[in-house]
Amino acid sequence: MIRFAALSKFFDTPDGSVVAADQITLEVPEGHICVLLGPSGCGKTTLLRMVNRLVEPSAGTVFLEERDVRNLDPVPLRRNIGYVIQQAGLFPHLTVEANIGVVPGLLGWDSRRIRRRAEALLEMVALDPALFLRRYPRQLSTGQQQRVGLARALAADPPVLLMDEPFGDIDPLNRISLQDQFLAMQRELGKTVLFVSHDVDEAIKVADRIAILRKGRLEQYDAPDSLLAHPANGFVAEFVGADRTLKRLQLVRVAQAMDPGAPRVRSEDTLERAAELMAEHGYDHIVFVGPRGRARGSLSLALARAERGTCGEFRTTLKTTVNVHDDLRTAVSLMFTHAVTWLACVDDDGFFKGFLTQRRITQVLSEVYQDPG
Amino acid sequence: MLRTLAMGVMVVLAFGLGVAAERGGLLTTLADYREDIRFLAGQHLWLSLGAGGLAIISGIPLGIVLGRLTPARLAVPTLQLVNVGAAVPALALLALVAGLLGVGTAPALLVLWLAALLPIVRNTYTGLRELPESLRDIARGLGMRPLQILLRVELPAALPGVLAGVRTALTVSVGVASLVALIGGGGLGELIFTGIALNDTNLMLAGSIPAACLALGLDALMASLSVWLVPRGIRHQQRATMPP
Repeated sequence: MIRFAALSKFFDTPDGSVVAADQITLEVPEGHICVLLGPSGCGKTTLLRMVNRLVEPSAGTVFLEERDVRNLDPVPLRRNIGYVIQQAGLFPHLTVEANIGVVPGLLGWDSRRIRRRAEALLEMVALDPALFLRRYPRQLSTGQQQRVGLARALAADPPVLLMDEPFGDIDPLNRISLQDQFLAMQRELGKTVLFVSHDVDEAIKVADRIAILRKGRLEQYDAPDSLLAHPANGFVAEFVGADRTLKRLQLVRVAQAMDPGAPRVRSEDTLERAAELMAEHGYDHIVFVGPRGRARGSLSLALARAERGTCGEFRTTLKTTVNVHDDLRTAVSLMFTHAVTWLACVDDDGFFKGFLTQRRITQVLSEVYQDPG
Repeated sequence: MLRTLAMGVMVVLAFGLGVAAERGGLLTTLADYREDIRFLAGQHLWLSLGAGGLAIISGIPLGIVLGRLTPARLAVPTLQLVNVGAAVPALALLALVAGLLGVGTAPALLVLWLAALLPIVRNTYTGLRELPESLRDIARGLGMRPLQILLRVELPAALPGVLAGVRTALTVSVGVASLVALIGGGGLGELIFTGIALNDTNLMLAGSIPAACLALGLDALMASLSVWLVPRGIRHQQRATMPP
């Protein structure tokens, strides 16, 4: 757990005193990811660096596991905190293995243990140890370097991780895959993470809680969804963007928004039955499933009322489906791409799980507005 | 590649010169002065390496201290002071030192040390200064102590620059060592200056050819030593490879 208590930092410059942190109080619970978000110069990096005492506060206190960091020797403190910076900061003269082994080496691990640890960590960040252990940083792409940087931070299994714009320098495609991988790792490792970013989308994606900073002041500290739904002031609203409601789509999974009790028809059902089901649930389309429940096609209400026969004869194939693990942003994008107002939601094996309509999405988004928190 | 080519050209030149030398009686001179050449070359080498060694053990720490000075502008006057050794013509320096300290080996070593100091100090200083700040930052952030940062991160990462400085220093010092004969410092300069005094070209060559060979040999030795010493990750940085 990390806790800031009325933390302040002033820098003396020739142009007078600059406030990098102004009475900041916030708490990052154990195992949570807190993103410090704000425009450049808002003091987010300074805030991060006060945790491992690379910067000393002017006033106030940083608590780590309820202990005042000022009472801890900075060297062991830092060895017990993972640290990742923007350009990875790998040591150019050391191999990947030696880079990962820096902190374990400082802690006096023997070389065989370091080797095993480096191998395990490379596997974790999806780099083949056989290929990468002996390489030097300059032989790696930026994305690979940042993976190694992350592995190095995790080497001695510290409970706390400080990440200063770790994915800032990486191309968008790689950034997304690194974020996904980091989140997957975090689900297993459960570190307490302080993460600096200036990218709203990134913050929304990785954060459990977001702290919005401006000129050293904490403007809002909230869960991503509440932040987007209820920005505390004009600055926050502007910073998260006019499309903040659209951004919230990323936060909701299809499975949370779909109607899992949606009706379905099989080949032998009559069109009359299909029309009945649609009327009952208030839908104008119904999903047609195969014998074992895979989504195979659909029928419209108009057709079911106009024709006579079985569903098998009249069904049309599905233009697209959406996976239940996808977020609503993907779902909406699919709807626009295929010019449909509804989607059949399927699991990884293609089984029909629920029905998602545009109206339903609108409802989900407005629910949070009406019911804060 | 270019290096090999240059070597080839030199060999051909040397061969041509050899033929000329045979006609001019150089070989006879070389044979006659065999003992002197061997002794003086040894002395020459000893002087250069001794002064180079002194410059290394004093210059690298000085470069480190200068690199750490904050604010950085304090380092500049010191660097200029060190620059004196390189800026003042070696001959003038020699005369100056001889005037102050007399003649002999010690003043000779002093002159050589002054001449060799600058490249080492400057290269160590700039080598450390040019390292990205993020390197020091992450080293600190990972929990290294200041001395560990210097020895494990900064110096290894700046090593190519430092070694380049040492190499230049040795070349300078072998060159200047040809002059210290003027203040009784010995070395192959004795043959050269005697040759000049007697207007004996062959004697001059008997001194200058071994001196040139020493300089080239030492330089080649340093070149291969750098390849061996510099970690693979920062060697040939201009040819960074990027495998798929």
